[in-house]
Amino acid sequence: MSDQELSRRQSKYTARTAPTGERLSTSAMIASLDAEGRETIAAPFGQALVDLAKTREDIVGLTADLSKYTDLHVFAKAYPDRFYQMGMAEAVMISAAAGLAREGFTPFATTYAVFASRRAYDFIIMAIAEENLPVKIVCALPGLTTGYGPSHQATEDLAIMRGMPNLTIIDPCDAVEIDQATRAIADHPGPVYMRLLRGQVPNVLGEYGYQFKLGQAQMLRDGRDVLFVSSGYMTMRTLDAAKALQSDGIDCGVLHVPTIKPLDTTTIVAEAQKGGRLVVTAENHSVTGGLGEAVAATLMRHGVHVPFRQIGLPDAFLDAGALPTLHDQYGISVDAVTAAVKGWIK
Amino acid sequence: MEARSNVSLARRAWAIRRNALLMGEVQGQGYIGQALGVADVLAVSYFHALNYRPADPEWEGRDRFYLSIGHYAIALYAAMIEAGILPEDEIGTYGMDDSRMPMSGMAAYTPGMEITGGSLGHGLGIAVGAALGLKRKKNPAFVYNMLSDGELGEGSTWEAVMSAVQWKLDNLIAIVDFNNQQADGPTTQALAQVPEAAKWEAFGWFAQSVDGNDMDAVVDAFDAARQHTGDRPRVIICNTKMCKGIPFLEDREITHFVRVEPEEWAKALSILDAEKPA
Repeated sequence: MSDQELSRRQSKYTARTAPTGERLSTSAMIASLDAEGRETIAAPFGQALVDLAKTREDIVGLTADLSKYTDLHVFAKAYPDRFYQMGMAEAVMISAAAGLAREGFTPFATTYAVFASRRAYDFIIMAIAEENLPVKIVCALPGLTTGYGPSHQATEDLAIMRGMPNLTIIDPCDAVEIDQATRAIADHPGPVYMRLLRGQVPNVLGEYGYQFKLGQAQMLRDGRDVLFVSSGYMTMRTLDAAKALQSDGIDCGVLHVPTIKPLDTTTIVAEAQKGGRLVVTAENHSVTGGLGEAVAATLMRHGVHVPFRQIGLPDAFLDAGALPTLHDQYGISVDAVTAAVKGWIK
Repeated sequence: MEARSNVSLARRAWAIRRNALLMGEVQGQGYIGQALGVADVLAVSYFHALNYRPADPEWEGRDRFYLSIGHYAIALYAAMIEAGILPEDEIGTYGMDDSRMPMSGMAAYTPGMEITGGSLGHGLGIAVGAALGLKRKKNPAFVYNMLSDGELGEGSTWEAVMSAVQWKLDNLIAIVDFNNQQADGPTTQALAQVPEAAKWEAFGWFAQSVDGNDMDAVVDAFDAARQHTGDRPRVIICNTKMCKGIPFLEDREITHFVRVEPEEWAKALSILDAEKPA
């Protein structure tokens, strides 16, 4: 075989042509996810943790070289002696968090969702979950929240983590919920994996008088034609899509499911059973193994047979690029969600 | 039970070997090669170095002993029975359904078994966290982590090695049972290509390498590790011989899972019984 043929076999490069004209450029790690003009709140996780730590001396923070990118730097600045910079070493960060928990502390350990779910899995499941230790693993860049490509896009983290016994999994929507959920998981006696939006985070749920309750799904708005079942920032999208669809005469309810595990099957079944609605799950995650499949299995197990559609990311390695481009491309922007529902309700 | 100080370490090691053989006989199997090899190190750990209360395995003032290597559970049970942490009359339940002494060590099953081992490369990292926690609480206890030479192939072990130096964990003592035998063959033909003590020293640890079956040498090494005044973590590389103390097993082809025929358990026990130390 010639060198050229060997080289071609080893390369995954697929032929592309350079772009022409004006294009959006790949955003920095943290891009604005939300509609323009909505109020934002800075570093809700870091601020909540600092507030909690005033009365909770057991709370300590650890990071694997990503404090600035998980808002833990706010805590580090307020409580330098309770902050552990563990270096670029996820295994020892997680294991050490387990050791600190054994000695009575409540560690919050932060990194990106890809690194916790992919690299540190064995340490989370055996050092923490198997002994049900109260370590809180809080991870930025969930799903498609960066344009950097598959190395940073945690499109399958929920699929990975859902299989872990004892683990509670939270996918919060906005700054309000991150603040509330941070406080709630600090009180939870077992291990938690929480997806995080950091930096300037939209305030979406403020206007709904929302209060996060661990393990509970909540109806944010009711509707006759469609029942969105969504988590994370896709609840921002389903709320906005519901408003847009209203003008087309399509009445959409939104059931927000921030706790992915344990799933609030009671509420999901009860809402899905309210007849005549198309159930549409929406998640910032692969269609494989996340909220959509969890809801589908729940409905099947409970004998609820209703029309069902799933909005989510494809089971594929996603492209690099600008987030607005990618969210349109993969069908999770407000416009894409709205168009999909219109296509289903004819 | 005789007073702790009135029993020689040699007798303790002998009793640990005997308990392990009795457990192996129950199941007709077990990691007996490792247990016999590490018995002297465990005798020094539990009857010279560690501070603990047999009746209260969760006493806050205890030294923590983390067994990374879950398959060495047979050896640790043997030591904890001799120490009075586990009752002697449970020897016959080893590895049975519903036993408190499962084949691989797990925290939820056994009093005194601090962590769930078995997935190798976890123990030293957990020990780092516990050592940090003890310092936060100003608790002067030590954290010991017993790990194996094969486990040094896990990258996570070296994350923990570096971390322990970063945090100046002078309350952390790693004990490496170096028997040069991992599942598929000699460790020195796999990743342990460079002498271990020098490697740990280069990473910033106070490192010692000793004959792990020389009781006096092991005692001296533990004393030096505890008394070292530097703000560094400490490691003792214990070079042990698999099956130590039972000559016909020592001479057998050494593998990860040493073969013992059904009738040989009694033979091994009779050899041991004939050489009971004072």
